[in-house]
Amino acid sequence: MSPYLRALIYSLVIITLLLTVTAWSIWFERKFSGRMQSRVGPTFYGPFGLLQPVVDGLKLLQKEFLIPESADRALFVLAPPLTVILALGTAAVVPFGSEVVAADLDVGVLYILALGSLTTVPVWIAGWASNNKYSLLGGMRAVAQGISYEIPLALAALVPVILAGSMSLTDIVNYQIQHGWFVFWPPGPGFLAFLFFLPASLAEANRIPFDIPEAESELIAGVTTEYTGMGFGLLYLAEYLHTLIVSAVASALFFGGWDGPLLPGLHWMVAKTLVLFAGIFAIRWSLVRFRSDQLMGICWRYLVPIGLGLVMVSAIWVQLAKASAQ
Amino acid sequence: MEVEVASSAVSASREISANQRPVTNRSPAKTRRGDPYLDIAAYDPEADLMVLNLGPQHPSTHGVFRLKLYLDGELIVKAVPFCGYLHRGVEKLCEKLTYVQLVPIFDKNDYVSPMMNEQSLVMAFESLLGVEVPRRARYLRTLLAELQRIASHLLWFGAFAMDLGGALGGGSTLFMYCFRERELILDVFEELTGCRFHYNTHMIGGNRHDVPAGWAAKVHSAIDIIEHRLIEYENYLTTNRIYLDRTCGVGVVDADLAMELGITGPILRAAGIDHDLRRDAPYHAYDELEVRVTTDIAGDCEARTRVRLAEIRESVRLVRLMIDGIPEGPLGSRKPIKTNLAEKSERGHAYAAVESPRGELGIYVIGGGANRGASPYRLKIRSPSLHALSCLPYVLPGHVVSDAVAILGSVDPIMGEVDR
Repeated sequence: MSPYLRALIYSLVIITLLLTVTAWSIWFERKFSGRMQSRVGPTFYGPFGLLQPVVDGLKLLQKEFLIPESADRALFVLAPPLTVILALGTAAVVPFGSEVVAADLDVGVLYILALGSLTTVPVWIAGWASNNKYSLLGGMRAVAQGISYEIPLALAALVPVILAGSMSLTDIVNYQIQHGWFVFWPPGPGFLAFLFFLPASLAEANRIPFDIPEAESELIAGVTTEYTGMGFGLLYLAEYLHTLIVSAVASALFFGGWDGPLLPGLHWMVAKTLVLFAGIFAIRWSLVRFRSDQLMGICWRYLVPIGLGLVMVSAIWVQLAKASAQ
Repeated sequence: MEVEVASSAVSASREISANQRPVTNRSPAKTRRGDPYLDIAAYDPEADLMVLNLGPQHPSTHGVFRLKLYLDGELIVKAVPFCGYLHRGVEKLCEKLTYVQLVPIFDKNDYVSPMMNEQSLVMAFESLLGVEVPRRARYLRTLLAELQRIASHLLWFGAFAMDLGGALGGGSTLFMYCFRERELILDVFEELTGCRFHYNTHMIGGNRHDVPAGWAAKVHSAIDIIEHRLIEYENYLTTNRIYLDRTCGVGVVDADLAMELGITGPILRAAGIDHDLRRDAPYHAYDELEVRVTTDIAGDCEARTRVRLAEIRESVRLVRLMIDGIPEGPLGSRKPIKTNLAEKSERGHAYAAVESPRGELGIYVIGGGANRGASPYRLKIRSPSLHALSCLPYVLPGHVVSDAVAILGSVDPIMGEVDR
């Protein structure tokens, strides 16, 4: 089979899988938050409200896509699909099994980081093009936050890269299968790096627990204020998609990816991703928001210096391991 | 008719007292006052500032309230509040309707604590018309007021968490919990009065609805649950690092500013002034009770939260004291007739104030005399929310937009009462 055909088939499969999981993760979140808040969540459509995502999608499709008169039309239309494309693009290098990966790039981690920093751009486009003050403030916060949190994110992702000696996610997972998951071994840097990675990647892309750019109690809906119908739907889809992919990347980087006994690798990967995903939701539905400047303070005052220290510690660890092996 | 004026606003002679029960070890802070009359054209000749209209339709304005913010980046330079979007002409309506017709209207003023509105109104009328209230009714009113205070503060706590955490985040979880507990109080009220919200249970000279059988046990179980869960919520929010970062030192209203603006209630107590009408000018049956007033000294959003949470606990204690000892006797001093002759011809004036969950809720009424039918000549509502909101132009400058929402939430404005 030609590698192009293989990449095409795999990406179609992975995109379909991701979109499906994302749709039902919204159902899952609504049920989950409902139970947390002593409600029942969706119950009307299908058993346990399982058809709720379908109905939500239909509702959004029926709505008119309004473009404000003073908006920058081209950019306003461009932003929502761009967010989804960038979020899906990240999924290309994530290995869902030893063979289930759309493109096993040598610079997989770098690619993820690059696309991650690009996600700031459509958010800013949406904020700017809406020509709404709330959107503008949201976009400004998004850019500030995105640029700041790229650094701790890169530092956290560097730890497994240094330990495994490769930037390919498949290699990193294979290394973990041989030497143990990074979150457990070497003790310390791996676990701390994971604690950094997940929040930093969510904050960098302004995703859920750090969604200060769309803080609805302050900025109504931030960058999504002026979006209706499927434009709004796509922005939200991208948000969930990104959260899901971040969970997948984190489980590949720190939790040994598809490594696990008895069940096939894909099952383990999906299970780990969903557990992390649920963890993110639990955080989201129980914490209040930071103020934007406080979030920046955490990044520059704590995450960046500690991240640098972690990179140093893991480099020393690798050298020591090499020396002891000789 | 003797003029009877109950305690007016805070007496300026009252000093910033030491705490009876210190709830914090922080030092008293001073408001970094902004200038409400700042000339924007002189301040910013190049017109670089952004004007942001927070409201009237905004998720966090607690009704329809508009704040015009002049922003330098996200920093507020000047804040101009506008109210009046919910003006319904209640005070004018009072000049048309008769005394007995007014009580249900006043339920809708402060729609989070309708009991207090009714009570302040009927107290003013009783004082004007010289009607006695039997002890049983006074006792029941005290009980209802304290239950209402719990419900109102619970709603505020949830709404404040939502202001900080957002409707699609952690705040809404606490909001749901607080509403769940508030339901318990509303259930108890429903059983007593038949209504969950707009009770119309007070009338001139007494109460309309008597305590049903087995009511006390239900109140007991409700407050037991609330007291137990309140501890959980405190642990959930008030010890949270993010919450403390968001509220400590934010929106400081110091004692000077609070007294200058006539702010009463939890905001005043959080600023260190030990003033509570329940203890200082007892009405109803508060003279038979010992009300412990909680104060704090920091005057910021966090202190206001502490004071309100302590007030819930104090109200729970008072309800528990009272619920089993409601005295026997008549519930009203006269029959609930439509309008008697005395009301029709009454002149003179009276002021009555209650300590509503938001502060001193006062009603000043001038009797209409014979040619007005049985309506007041003029009625003025002194609403605590309006006074509380007036601190915004002083406090907001120097904060960012996120803080503006937190401060607005922490002063607990009820727009129905602000605009009347």
